[in-house]
Order: sequence, then structure tokens, then C-alpha cells
Amino acid sequence: MNGATWRLIAVEGKLSLRDKVAPVWGVACPLVVLVILGSIPALREPITADLTIFDVYVPVLILFNIAILAMTALPTTLAGYRENGVLRRMRTTPVGPVRVLAAQLAANFVIALVAMVLFLLVAGLGFGVDPPRHPLGFAVAWSLATAALLAIGLLVTALVPSRAAATAIGTLLFFPMMFFAGLWVPIAQMPPLLQDISAYTPLGAGMGAFQDAYLGGFPSWPPLVILVAYAVVCAAVAVRWFRWE
Amino acid sequence: MPPVIEVTDLHKRYGDKVAVADVSFTVEQGEIFGILGPNGAGKTTTVECVEGLRAPDGGTVSVLGLDPQRDHLELTRRLGVQLQAGMLPDSLRVGEALELYGSFYPDPADWRVLLDDLGLPAKTRYAALSGGQKQRLSIALALIGNPDIAVLDELTTGLDPQARRDTWALIEGVRARGVTIVLVTHFMEEAERLCDRVALIDAGRVVLIDTPAGLAGRAQGEQRLQFRPSRELDTALLTGLPGVTGVTRRGELVVVTGDDTVVNAVMAVLARNQITAERLRVEQAGLEEAFVQLTRKDAK
Repeated sequence: MNGATWRLIAVEGKLSLRDKVAPVWGVACPLVVLVILGSIPALREPITADLTIFDVYVPVLILFNIAILAMTALPTTLAGYRENGVLRRMRTTPVGPVRVLAAQLAANFVIALVAMVLFLLVAGLGFGVDPPRHPLGFAVAWSLATAALLAIGLLVTALVPSRAAATAIGTLLFFPMMFFAGLWVPIAQMPPLLQDISAYTPLGAGMGAFQDAYLGGFPSWPPLVILVAYAVVCAAVAVRWFRWE
Repeated sequence: MPPVIEVTDLHKRYGDKVAVADVSFTVEQGEIFGILGPNGAGKTTTVECVEGLRAPDGGTVSVLGLDPQRDHLELTRRLGVQLQAGMLPDSLRVGEALELYGSFYPDPADWRVLLDDLGLPAKTRYAALSGGQKQRLSIALALIGNPDIAVLDELTTGLDPQARRDTWALIEGVRARGVTIVLVTHFMEEAERLCDRVALIDAGRVVLIDTPAGLAGRAQGEQRLQFRPSRELDTALLTGLPGVTGVTRRGELVVVTGDDTVVNAVMAVLARNQITAERLRVEQAGLEEAFVQLTRKDAK
């Protein structure tokens, strides 16, 4: 890491915030939903011994944030860079285009981290939601989920021909992914078949790991292994077949 | 001093399509070297091989003694590139772009000075810049690393005449700093104004390499004289004259081409036959004419 790399990460972060997708759809939107859901008394009635529906929605909205950043903001920005010749321009400098990709990933990771902390604070201080009882387990689960999602976003960027296609495919993947995270129907209320499918989707696995950490244990291995597999396989394929032009 | 750029028998194809058939040239330290040719002639592919953006299929390229492919990293430190479509993120501000790109190089120029020299607004976002400002910024980015060589591709395409002249003055200023410049263009006027030497490329081959004046001179032999004879004229009287290369009729007009002795010789013949030349026009071929003639000749 040298001065150029840090500066690139800072600039990419600044650009992400200026480009509105990350702050508006990735952070503000789920935060508003969080506040609205928290204000509905019915959702704060316990459904099990120690969980309310609202408690379950806090991690769902954290995944919503990661998914917007990774599936919408990242592919649209990077495919745009490729289309506009930004990556090509970088090839003529000593820094090269790979570090632009790395800086985008790092910037989105940091934005997601800030958003996650913010959501936990608002849920905790505003609505009395207990933080995950196993903080380390939650941190591991969150990091792996973010890595898996960013790798999938990178894979989308790597393979699509244009910025428009990146936006379309990213959005198309976003909705089923969020469905299996339990955005519309909590996973526990899905039919068994959908629950089984959900466990193998990146956000379903992420949700499984989050819930383990919320309930006080280190996440069980299956969801963590699934998240690592998504991260490694998608990143490897993306790096191998990345279209630079 | 050895040449700073040496291109020998360069060949590059995309699939079946040959983009560069056979190009060789050398660029000397401190000169402005023009690469001139019609659209699709292979100019951009040629400089992309020099920049290391593309690997040649044949021939060799040496830049500052480096192989653009093998020594790409070292080359990027010493060669500044202004790309034909060298874009930046829309919401990046001018000052941020220059500061960022400056941080890529071991010994960058002071970006604030460059900003002032080029008359660029530091706070404006890239998307809000005018065409001329974008072009100046791309030049600034090519110079930010204090390069030994700057490659400028289609520098003034899309600029209005005033912006074009301003840019030319700027390039002369860059050369005055001791930077060797490779200028890719299809504007004759630009080459004539800026370049010390010009390589004329057409259909992937070098047609000739000369000074702009020399290039224009090659076509000046092909002067054209056009007139309407006051009465019927036997063109055979003219075809036999020394220096005449062609006589054609275009309606009632007679067109004579040949070297610069043609005007006097034709006038003498007309006078002897008591014919006056009405609507007389003599066309002095400039660089533009040379360009058209030389590339057309090559296409056959």
C-alpha cells in the first residue's frame, strides 16, 4: 500500500457518495425502512421467547445495504469506468486498472461498514434492539457476507458488456437475493423447500449466520462455508475473465 | 543521441483485419513528430503499440530503450498519454483528478501550476467541463508525471477553431520544456503548424516521412491550371509541353496539371495562337492537397 492506493480509495469513496446510489438507496433507504418498521408497535411484539419481528428485520436491512452496494453501485460504476475509458486511461499510468477495482471494492466495504454500525446504533438506541450477542461471530458473518456479495458484484461487472447491462443484471439479481434473505417473508415463515434454497443463496446464508450470532453463538459452519465459497469462486472467475475493454 | 522511439516493421491485425501492415519510423529527442493519415489508416493502433496498450503481431517497438510490453511499468512512468477517448469519472473534480494522477508518479509536476498554465477550473466536475476544457485536462493528465515523451492522440478533434489554436500554443509550450511529442492527427493545418517531421500513414503503411514543408513540396509539382479558351483549342498543343503531366477537358474548361513551369509554358502557347485564357485559375497545392494526392495514390 502506498500513497497512490490510499488516495484512490479515498477518491473512489468520495465518488461513490457523490453518485447517490450508495448513500440514497444503499444507506438512507434501508435506514428509513428501519425507522418506519421500528415505529409500528405490532412488529415489536415478541414472536418467540426473545425476538420481535423488528429484531429479525435489523439484519435483513443490513444485508439490504450490502446488496445495494455490491449489486447496483459497484457494477454500475465499474462497468461505467470501462465504458468511458477510465480503466483504459489507468493502464497508461504506473498504477494500472487493477488498483481502481481494488479501491472501488475497498470504498464500498468501508461504506457498508459505516452503514452497518449506523443501523445497529439506530436500532439499539432508538428502538431498544439488543446488539448481536456474539459480536465476533457477527463481525465474521458480516465480513464474509460483504466479501461474497462484492465478489458477485465484481463477477457481474467482469462479464457484462456494458454499463446498462451491469445495472440491469445487478438489479435483476438483487430482488431474488433479497427475497431469500427474508425481506418480504421472514425465512422462518417460508415453506421448507424455499428455506432449503434460501440456505444456499448468499443472502440466505448471510441471514443464517447473522441469526446464530444474534442468538449468542458463533455462526455454524454451513452458512460460513457457503459465503466463503461464493466469495472465492466469484472473485476467481471475475479476475480470470474480466473484460478490460 | 539515439532516437527516443524506434518502430521497425510494425504489424498488427485484429482477427482477419490488418490494422497496421508495415510501419517503421524513428522519433528524435525533443522533436514534435506527427503521425498523419485519414481515419482508419492505423495511426491509433500504431501509437497504442508504442504506449504498450497493444502487443504487436510483428516487428519491434523500442521507446526510451524500453520494450513497451515487457517494461510496461517503467514506460508508464516516463511516457505521458493523452487518449483519444481518455475519460474520467463524471463527478470527479478537475483538481482532484490532477492531484490523484500526480500521486501515481515518482516525480510529478505541481498540479496547481499545471492547472493555472492550462487555465482549468479546479472545482468543476468533469461532466460539467466544455469540450475544450476536457481536452486541456487530458493534456494536463498526460503531463502530470513529468514525462520524457507525451503522446497526444486526435488532440483537437471536436474543438472550435479558437480552442484549437489555443491548444496548439499550449503544445508549443510543452515542447519548450524539453518533452518529445508524438502527435496523432488528421488535420493538415495542425501538422503544418506544430510538427518538425511528419509520417504520412495510409492503409496501414508509411507513405512517406518528411518535414511538413517537404511534404507539401512533393505535391507542389502537381500544380493545376484551369481556364476557358476564348476559341477552340487543340489540346495536343499543350500535352507536348515540357513539365505538363496531364491535360483534361471539363465542359468548356481545360485543366492542365504539371510542375511549376506549366503556367508560363501554357500562356506562351496560347499567346502564339491568339487565344486568351478566360476565368483563369491556378491552384497551388498545399499540405492538404499533398495529403489527398499522396493517400489517394497509395490506395490504388
